Formats: sequence, structure tokens, C-alpha cells
Amino acid sequence: MTAPTVLDVRDLHVSYADASGAALPVVRGVGFSLRRGEVLGLVGESGAGKTATALALLGLLPPGARTSGSARLLGTELIGLPVRELAGLRGRRIAMVFQDPLAAFNPAQRVGDQIGEALRIHQRPRPRRESVRRRVLELLEGVRVPDPVRSARSYPHELSGGLRQRAMIAMAIANDPDVIVADEPTSALDATVQAQVLDALDSARRATGAALLLVSHDLGVIAGAADRVAVMYAGRIVETAPVDALFAAPRMPYTLGLLGSVPRLDTAVPLTPVPGVPPAPGRAGPGCAFAPRCPLASAACLEVEPELTGAQDHLAACVRPGALAGRSATDLFPASAPARRIPPGGAPLLRVTGLAKSYPLPGRPAARLRRRPEGTRLAVERVDLEVRRGETVALVGESGSGKTSTLMEIIALGPPESGSIEIAGYDTSALSRSDVRRLRGSVQILVQDPMASLDPRMRVADLVAEPLRAQRFPRDAIAARVPELLRRVGLEAADAELRPHRFSGGQRQRIALARALAVGPELLLLDEPVSALDVSVQAGILDLLRRLREGHGPACLFVTHDLAVVRQIADRVVVMYGGRTVESGSVADVFDRPRHPYTRALLSAVPLPDPPAERARARIVLPGEPPGAAERSAGCRFRGRCPVYATLGAERTRCERETPVPVGADPLAGHTAACHFPHGTEGASLRLGSEPEEHPPVR
Amino acid sequence: MVGRLSKRLAHTVLLLLCAVFLSYVIASAALSPRAYFEDRQPRPSAATVNHELALLGADDRTPVLERFGHWSWRAVHGDLGRTVDGDSVNDEFGRRIGVSTRLLLVGTLVGTGLGVLAGLWAAVRRHRLPDRALTVFSFLVLSVPTFVLALLFKEGALWFNQSAGHTVIRYTGERTPGLTGSLATHLKDRAVHLALPAATVALCAIASYSRYQRAATLDVLGSDHLRTAQAKGLTPGRALLRHGLRTSLIPLTTFFSFGFLTLFTGAVFTEQIFGWPGMGSWFMDSAQKGDINAVVAVNLFAAVTVLLAGFVADVLHAVLDPRVRGR
Repeated sequence: MTAPTVLDVRDLHVSYADASGAALPVVRGVGFSLRRGEVLGLVGESGAGKTATALALLGLLPPGARTSGSARLLGTELIGLPVRELAGLRGRRIAMVFQDPLAAFNPAQRVGDQIGEALRIHQRPRPRRESVRRRVLELLEGVRVPDPVRSARSYPHELSGGLRQRAMIAMAIANDPDVIVADEPTSALDATVQAQVLDALDSARRATGAALLLVSHDLGVIAGAADRVAVMYAGRIVETAPVDALFAAPRMPYTLGLLGSVPRLDTAVPLTPVPGVPPAPGRAGPGCAFAPRCPLASAACLEVEPELTGAQDHLAACVRPGALAGRSATDLFPASAPARRIPPGGAPLLRVTGLAKSYPLPGRPAARLRRRPEGTRLAVERVDLEVRRGETVALVGESGSGKTSTLMEIIALGPPESGSIEIAGYDTSALSRSDVRRLRGSVQILVQDPMASLDPRMRVADLVAEPLRAQRFPRDAIAARVPELLRRVGLEAADAELRPHRFSGGQRQRIALARALAVGPELLLLDEPVSALDVSVQAGILDLLRRLREGHGPACLFVTHDLAVVRQIADRVVVMYGGRTVESGSVADVFDRPRHPYTRALLSAVPLPDPPAERARARIVLPGEPPGAAERSAGCRFRGRCPVYATLGAERTRCERETPVPVGADPLAGHTAACHFPHGTEGASLRLGSEPEEHPPVR
Repeated sequence: MVGRLSKRLAHTVLLLLCAVFLSYVIASAALSPRAYFEDRQPRPSAATVNHELALLGADDRTPVLERFGHWSWRAVHGDLGRTVDGDSVNDEFGRRIGVSTRLLLVGTLVGTGLGVLAGLWAAVRRHRLPDRALTVFSFLVLSVPTFVLALLFKEGALWFNQSAGHTVIRYTGERTPGLTGSLATHLKDRAVHLALPAATVALCAIASYSRYQRAATLDVLGSDHLRTAQAKGLTPGRALLRHGLRTSLIPLTTFFSFGFLTLFTGAVFTEQIFGWPGMGSWFMDSAQKGDINAVVAVNLFAAVTVLLAGFVADVLHAVLDPRVRGR
């Protein structure tokens, strides 16, 4: 009764040539099969060979890559097939959805024409223009693009990220393929948009009956979408199983470590970073590639690379597959003890009130010169937040919500466009030059990309010492402090002599953190500090950040789009939407009893790395996209996407006319929401009563 | 888009006015028509010289701004003044403009077209023999000054004609004087004369455009959207032609507006060496005579063509790239 196999991959190898021409193996003997209608999730961290495997199937690897092994699509061998014949299969029998839909579309051609081209390439006799047009609109409708006619006529840059990715999916299913390969289809998208796109992908798959190879690093996405999962590490599949079995009882220590590294939205559990880094291509072996990082490794592990073995459909490449039975990630990998913290309190260290920031519209510099509001867009319209000493406050929101602009206004230490910023009792609009220099020492920032934030020509010692020099610390004090800082962030004193390119992404972020901590700041601003990192590395940095707060650590303002990370690390959370603070309060209050409809939707959009829970969970899929910098207008920014507004009767005029201000449900708890009809009040909860998870009403 | 281009056109006109003003002032400061008249044999009297200069509007005793005022008043009414020899600048301008335009147009079109094709070809065959050969060729051409290149061509043609025993390649002038025959004979004669000068201009264009096109194509070859085109089922070659060529031409348009000036400078020497009675050779002759009005007229031509090339590049950019249209 099982469905027929459509794609059968055996012993697939891919290698790239390095600068000297030697072969660097990136995929080493991967095998799996896909049945009709099945979803196989391919997970792993960067460099594990997921994307190379996906591209090898379509023969789309960059020139210089060598592929061997076998991949049979409905009996046709794809590996080594001449380009001409392969082109006949691509887009017709096997189609691909890429990660970045903006780059993946031709920027100079209308989206509808590009989808239509997929039809014209393969259909014989060549379809008529009118029938292509009709089919394109049908396809766009099938992936729930709201206005197909307009979207088809648009150029890629005119569409939002979510619409572009849905159009990409429509293009992939244009010829009813048997296999769809999706390479990180939602990684570049916001959480609320990710839910829409995953829905579109699912309905596209159902409509065509195609099998889906879903490549992702996000275990939450995999948990919700996949039937079976294959975990890759250092170019090999190290474990494969049905999705429930893999998440419930992994048999390979790496899988367990990976699952333990994933922050969860529903509970704050200690994360278990996997120590060490994966081997570089060509450096693995001779034994198990994971053995150097594995707490259970024995002498046998270092001898021969284990094959995938196991009963039925749960296979693992481990010499001791039974050893994990009954063990949890915390048994195997060291999780840090909860930090002993001085409870945050006292006067606010940072107080932002009514902050606004606008940028001139592109191509209209004159507007900025004349300071005319109609030539500008508001990135931040009204932000209020407070950070007390020793406290970690998370600033969350989707792209374009104004999080980073808020952070940049704070670090500017200058007069804000409107509103006020107070740091350690100083109003930034009235700072003398010496005040500014002193405050520069007490406010430090850690940015997202450690590849870009460290000058590649400077030694680590100089990078870390730079803020100390700027603060005019004596020379010998600097020399003594650098090794101490490096040890504090988990590096070695000897690393001071090296340059950044010798370090991995996680290690570089540690160097950047050492630099930020060098002058002993009171306030640390963190702009998406872990979103460029793999989960097992991310867990290590989060763990480090948590330990930094022991004793008299700095207060942190943590900007992120990842709510699960917030749950693990923050005391309080401030939610932003369209340049405004829409909800703020303690993490427990906001996450367990969200009051603003946007917060509720945002929380519900985060996938859980737990298949049964993820399938059972009801999602509030918001229509539309998060707004970017906005025009000035009255009323609630969110109403266009708001599920509560949609159900309102005559009261909705209030949402259209009055801009909601943050109001506390309970003044003592400091939990506020900027909504006229917040959840938990009479009217609104009745209207959303159809949701399965009812939250207890606020006292 | 129309609004954007018309705004751009207004900027172009403003730039043109600046260019004309500057070239008039600089030409007046650098050239001395007075010396040209005084050097005549027999030496004319001071009064005669002053009279001649006044007729030209180039009397250095009146302030330069006043002279520019008179010149531009006449220029607005379609009169570019007289040459030092007393001829009408307008007539000479009319005779020469066609010659230069033909040379520049053919040289630019052939050079840009072949340059783009060569760059595309080199990018597809990168690091192989054709690519390396083209690289060597380009750097050779770019490192040789245009007039040396033109002289080399001329010598080559001379040698070729001598070994062939009769004149195959003609390298002086734009046509054979006194030629009679049908239209076809005339066209053929023109083409034979055009070959070498146009090749000189085109070669410089090929050398530089092919480098830019190669780099732009390599960028596109590694781009995601070309990979998507292949994932849809296009073969690599068709994907490049249908999706890669157009996007790779976008950065080239910007370069075109700058590169044209270099071509123009090259054409000045080319005309001189091959004896073409065009704007370039007129410029050289007039500068030697200290003929302000003629030099300004040539500069006017240069400014118009260069700014026009920039405007054409802008239009091409907007046509090729929808992303710049809306702004």
C-alpha cells in the first residue's frame, strides 16, 4: 500500500576542488529515497552538505564540482546525464525552490513571464500566449497570492518577500513535477510570513502529489512539515527516521545535541551547546566525523566511519546506537547551571520615551534638507522602553519594525528626532563632549554579523584592546586585561595573536563580545547577536551571555526576531510593530498571556521543534506582510492584518481614528498593550473564543 | 520614468551650457589670435590687427565675459562666428560634422557590439585559451596610445598594398576624389576608406568593453537567477542568452557614458592621421592658428555628443533595468 518511490539516491558523492586543485569532499555517500507525496526533511548545520546534495540532484552545482554515485528519478539516472537531457527533466519532473527569492528571480523580467517561461520551455506543442497567461494566474491563485493579476505583472523587486517566495513555488509546480526540492525556502522570511509560505508549499505539494525534499536548518519547520527526517553531519547522513521517532528518541549523539541546542518557545530549558566545531571538508575521519565532539566516543569510534544501520526505518550511523536510550541532551552535553543573579531592580539605566526616527525617501534628498515630513518615512514612530540595572530586555519584531533603528538611535548618544533617551541619568539631548566619551564606555554594542564587524587586518588582541585605548586606559592595564577578557568569553589567551579569519563564526562572535565587554559597560546593546549562527553554536553564545550576567553583569537590550531565544534569555520583552511598541511586560506575562493580537499571532507563528505538539498547535496565520517604514497616518498600524479588527462591528472606527497607546492590564506587573481591544478583556476574548488554546483571563 | 528622464535631460542642458562657457573662457585664455595676425607677412599694422580681431569678436582688450556675451547672443541665433581666415564657422561645421559623426557612429557601434560579444565569449570560456588571448589583446591595445595604433595600421596597410602590387586598402581621406560610377561604387569606395579609421576607434572600444562585459558576465554566471533559469529547464547557454545577457548589460550602460569620451579623444587623433576632414583634425588645425571660434565650435560638438551618449546610456539603463524606472 506504500506509495511508489519516485527518487532513489544511493552513495551520492560531491567534491569541490580547493585552490590547489585537490578534491574537498562535501557530500560523502548520501543515500535516501522519496515516495510519491512524501516530505523528507534534510537537516544539518551549515557546511553539512545539505545544499550540495540538493543541487547535485538537479545537476546545478557550480562548475568545478564533481559528482558521483546514483540518483534515479522514476528510473532515470540523473548523475552524469548529459546537460541537454537533464534540462528536459528540470522544471518538468524535478523542480526547485531556492532560499532567496529576490536573487532567484531575474530582476529585469515580470514575475508572470518568468513563471510562464517554465510552461513554454516544456509544453509541446508550444502553448498559446493566452493559455499560458491563464495557467500562470491559476498557479498564483493556487499558492494563495492575493491579487494574481497584479503580482504577475510585477517585477520581482515590487513584490514582498513572502509573495516572491510563493511565486517561486508556483513556478516550481508549473509542470506538475514528481519531486520538489526546497532549499531553506523560509529562512529569509519573517515568522508570520514563514507560516504563509509553508502553507503555500504544503498546498502546492498536495495539488501536484509531488514528493518534497525540504532542506532546512530549522528543526521547528522540519517538525511541522516533514514525514521523515535525515540528519546530515560533515557530508553524511548520520541518522534517518520518521519525524516523531527522531525527535522523541534520537539514536545518534549529534542528533541529540542538535535537538538540545534548539531554544524552545514554550518553556525555558537549559540549552546544551555541542562543544567544538564540525570538521572542515576533507578533514573528517578516519573514524566517525562526530567522534572528536562526542561525549560517548570510544576507541572504536575513531577507527572506521560507521555505516547507517538499524531496525526498520530508524537508521543511525553510530557504533553504539543503543547507548542513548533513555538519555536526554542534558545528560550528555554540559548545560550550565542557572546563573546566580542579583535581581534586577532600582532606577532604570536606560529609559526611552516616545522615540521617533524618520529617513528621507530614496531619491528625494531635498526633502531632508527642508525637513518636510511628506518626503520621509517613519522607521520608528513611538517607542517606549526601560532597562533596569542587571536586566535583560528583549526588543522583538519582524523586519522593518524599527528594532535596529531604535538601537542605533540609542547608541548615537545624540538628541533624538523626537522623544527622549536617558542613559544612566543623562539625557542624550544635552550631553557635553566629555559626557559622550564617558557614556561610550558604559554603552557597548554587539552586532549581528561577526564576519563584517571585525577588521580582518587586525590581530584579536588589538581588536579587543581598541575600546580600552579609546577610553585611554594605561598600556599595561590593557595588556593585562586582554587575556582575561578572552578567557571570559571562552577563548584562549594565545588566540590574541591571531587574526579573525582563523576563527569560526561562533568564535568570532565571542571575540566581538570580548571587545564589547572590554571597558566594562553598564549597558550592552545586542543586535541579533546569534541569528547568523548555527543552532549548536548559537546555544553556546546564549549560554555565555547568560553567564555574563552573574553578579554585577551589564544590563542588556537584546534585539531579535527569534522569540524562542527571548524565552531563554530575557527578563522582559518589548514587542514592536510598524515602528511602535505594541506590547511590553515580563517574558512570562507576555508569552503566556499575550494581550495584543499581533503578539498572539507572532507567538503562534513560531514553529515548535516537537512534532506532535507542532501538528496539534493551531496557528493564527496573518494575512499580508509586516509593514516597512510607514507613512504617517492615524489609527492602529496593525489593523490591516488584525484578526480582531476583522471581526469588529461599528467599534472598528476607533481602530481607524485613534492611535492606541500602551495601557497596563495590571499596573503592578508592568504588562502593557497598545490595543483598543486587547485579549483578555470582555469583547475581544469572546470573539477569538474559537481558538483551541484559551489563555486564562488576566486577573 | 518619463519624468525622471526629462529631469535628466534638463540637467544635461545645464551641463552643456557650463561646458560651452568653460571652453570659451579657457580657449580665450590659452589661444592668441592676435599672435596669428601679427605673424603674417607682411606684418599688418596694429590697427588692422585690431580690426580683424574685432570682426572675429576675439579682441583681447574687451573683457572675456563681454566677448562671451556677444558670442552666445550670436550662437543663440544660429551663428557660431567666423574663423581666423574669415570663413563662416557654420559652413565648416556643417561640412565636418557628418565626417566625424560617421566615423564615431560606426566605430562606437562596431566596437560596443564586438566588445560585448567578445566579453561574453571570454566569460563563458574563462581561464581557457580564448579568454587568455583576449586578455593579452585587450591590455596590449589599452596600453598603446591611439595615434600609435593608427600609425601602425597605416604602415601595415602600406606594406600590404605594396606586397599586393596595387592599392587594396585606402587610408587617406573619406573617399576617392573625382570618383564616378553608380551608388554601389561610391558606397564600396567609402567602406574601403572607412575600414582602417573605424577599426582604430572600434579596437579601443573592443578592448575596454570586453573587459567590463567579461566581469559583468562572470557576476551573472554565478547569480542565483541564472541557476533558477536552469532549474526551470533551460540549457546553460540558453539561460545565459535569455536571462544573463540583459542583466549583465545593465552595469555596462554606466560605463558606456564614460567610455565614450575616451573614444572621442581617440577619434581626434585618428582623423588627423588618416586625413579625414572631420572635427578632430579641425580642432588640431584651429588650435595651432589660435582660432577661438573654431575651437569652441568643436568643443560644442564634443560636449553635445558626450552628453548625448550619457543620455542614451541613461535611457538604455532604464529600458534594461525595471528597478530604476519607478524612482
